[in-house]
Amino acid sequence: MSTVEITINKKTVRVPENITIMAAAKLNGISLPSLCHHPDQKVKANCRVCAVEVEGSKNLVASCSTMVSEGMKITTNSPRVRETVRTIVELILADHPQECLTCIRSGECELRQLAFKLGMKEVQGVKTVKRLPLDLSTPSLVRDPNKCIKCGRCAEVCHHVQEVGILYSHNRGLDIGVTPEYGKELKDVACVLCGQCVLACPVGAIYEKDDTDKVWEALGNPDKHVVVQVAPSVRVSIAEEFDQPSGSIATSKLVSALRLLGFDRVFDTDFAADLTIMEEGHELLQRLQTGGVLPLITSCSPGWIKYIEHFYPELLPHVSSCKSPQQMFGAMAKSYYAQISGIDPKDIFVVSVMPCTAKKYEAARPEMKDSGYRDVDAVLTTRELGRMFKHEGIDFNSLEDGEFDSPLGISTGAAAIFGVTGGVMEAALRTVYEVVTGQTLEKLEFTGVRGMAGVKASSVNLGGTEVKVAVAHGLAHAKQIMEAIAAGEADYTFIEVMCCPGGCIGGGGQPYGTTNAVREKRIQGLYEVDQKAELRKSHENPAIQKLYEDYLQAPLSPVSHKLLHTTYTNRCQHELQ
Amino acid sequence: MQAVVQEIVGQMGNEKAPLLQVLLAVQDASPRNYVSEEAVRAIARSMRVSRCRVYSTASFYTEISLKPRGRHLIRICGNAPCENAGRAAIMDAIQKELGIKAGEITADGLISLEKVSCLGACYKSPAIKVDHQIYGNLTPEEAVAIIRSLREEFSNEHNGSPVGI
Ligand code: SF4
Ligand code: SF4
Ligand code: SF4
Ligand code: FES
Ligand code: FES
Repeated sequence: MSTVEITINKKTVRVPENITIMAAAKLNGISLPSLCHHPDQKVKANCRVCAVEVEGSKNLVASCSTMVSEGMKITTNSPRVRETVRTIVELILADHPQECLTCIRSGECELRQLAFKLGMKEVQGVKTVKRLPLDLSTPSLVRDPNKCIKCGRCAEVCHHVQEVGILYSHNRGLDIGVTPEYGKELKDVACVLCGQCVLACPVGAIYEKDDTDKVWEALGNPDKHVVVQVAPSVRVSIAEEFDQPSGSIATSKLVSALRLLGFDRVFDTDFAADLTIMEEGHELLQRLQTGGVLPLITSCSPGWIKYIEHFYPELLPHVSSCKSPQQMFGAMAKSYYAQISGIDPKDIFVVSVMPCTAKKYEAARPEMKDSGYRDVDAVLTTRELGRMFKHEGIDFNSLEDGEFDSPLGISTGAAAIFGVTGGVMEAALRTVYEVVTGQTLEKLEFTGVRGMAGVKASSVNLGGTEVKVAVAHGLAHAKQIMEAIAAGEADYTFIEVMCCPGGCIGGGGQPYGTTNAVREKRIQGLYEVDQKAELRKSHENPAIQKLYEDYLQAPLSPVSHKLLHTTYTNRCQHELQ
Repeated sequence: MQAVVQEIVGQMGNEKAPLLQVLLAVQDASPRNYVSEEAVRAIARSMRVSRCRVYSTASFYTEISLKPRGRHLIRICGNAPCENAGRAAIMDAIQKELGIKAGEITADGLISLEKVSCLGACYKSPAIKVDHQIYGNLTPEEAVAIIRSLREEFSNEHNGSPVGI
């Protein structure tokens, strides 16, 4: 690696070439202020709070966008730099609602932290700006344009990672706003409610619609039997809310903390993930045997489902009719579980804890009530659950280990990896292989579908026939595969799509600070959960076997079809055609 | 609309054409001299970019209007050189002749009047711009004559029927 010699604050150091001043300063122990900069995004350089002095340059330069060069002399601590940066931040604050005390982002707001770090005491020239209305139009997200600092981080992720193209900066000068076109509400555009913009936003300008009150209310209602399910990826992210390293496995503490909140039963979405594999695996086999529509595409990611409904409705017959694990769980809780526990399903309140904002939307889809009751009553994101724990003063890190309740809390390692890109595919292959060949699968790891590559293609030998499979995560990559299918150029049999980069572990409901580096840590965490699990194949889950024996009869049986399968809606507004 | 836009985009070299050029051409082709929401959608489809990218560019450039305007657009410069050279008298004469104020459209939809800052024609102030044409060193009488000829031209073409949307 070539290096260059530069001077930072009179100290001469060698740093790699082709890095920014900001990165070079970081390597030398100085974190420069930043707002529009995001480690996974391309440089925008519009906020200017990262200004530094470079000898020979008349104006201050933006350290996030300026590359180091041989002999460069950089000053980050001069009175001029300090004065300029404080003035820039003051201008932002003068336009900003002074609402930190009640702001959802308060604890983790990059702007508030910056103001604090710079010791801003008084803000000159606070403007009484016109209050713009909040966008409360969807079950998943809230946009507060008043708090938007127009950094463009949401637009970047929405256009380049997801390629959905909903948020962008409009108008000019003082009227700039980062919104959908014509300032439309999110319900009126093709937003998939993935919440990646929430993770990208440095402030409280886009956030999840908070459902904690609904859950508090249910927990406080003696007539309700309140059960909770937790998604696979929450166990490797919730501890981050309590300052543990990214990817820490916190399954047992999570269970204990949920009991402390007062849930009557603590169950696991992993149980329903095993169930999904049984249904979806058999759907794949059925389509193979009867000449059904192929490739089959997975359906567990509600942002992905909304995307294909908007953008590629003609490909909907490819999508598995299986409900997602969240919805399968809800349907089972209000039918099978109601029956075995003798509780009237109308009194059962199902809460799910999800890494995902789109799950709120999925739970609210009108068709999701096949048992006669709404499958899932309230959906909390990982962040909301973290807030509830904090609200109750739960000292998460020092809790004793707890265990999920039976039977809807029993699961396998195959279910755990549902939370990572490639995981549903791998779990399905483990089961399909054994069902088709009747032989025991020796090597459980399908490494060809693992990893952070955007599109992963692989092939598997299923008892003599080679089956081609593909995995995509992040909608820009899903779009590549959809274009290939539409053009007749994709000869895959089975495709897994997850809406968010890295899969659910990188979902829009995960703790703030979800960068790609953090995603990799959480992925390792879930693979470790799988590695250490006693059972690692969905069809070996004894609770699932019993569920089929006692209630569902067989995968794809009429009861299964009624409760566990669903239909889709063409939502195309001709975005692409 | 889709067909019109498709043709414009096609003429400009398909998906590679600069968005602003496409917007200007679509605006020119519109009888009301603006880019409608339907046109924004059509451009997005033809160029395979998101609707809000199209809207973003359209809303950034003052040359593009997202609201219907008159078929003809009269822009009057409001900056100091023109002000000193007698802009007020010109403005008065034009407003009186049209029966509207700056920022409005005549009832027949023929003419929009806008006040802008600097037309880049300071050397012949006071200046106005009618569509793409600059008229400089104007007297109020000349300004009125320009408007009358626009009206005459239109009624010769259309027998006096109002301008469509
Ligand atoms: S977004 Fe940040 S700075 Fe703004 S009110 Fe919320 S916490 Fe305070
Ligand atoms: S939720 Fe997803 S699709 Fe919607 S605006 Fe945010 S990033 Fe874009
Ligand atoms: S909503 Fe957030 S990410 Fe988007 S521009 Fe505003 S402050 Fe930046
Ligand atoms: S962080 Fe450098 S300009 Fe915004
Ligand atoms: S000031 Fe009027 S044209 Fe420039």
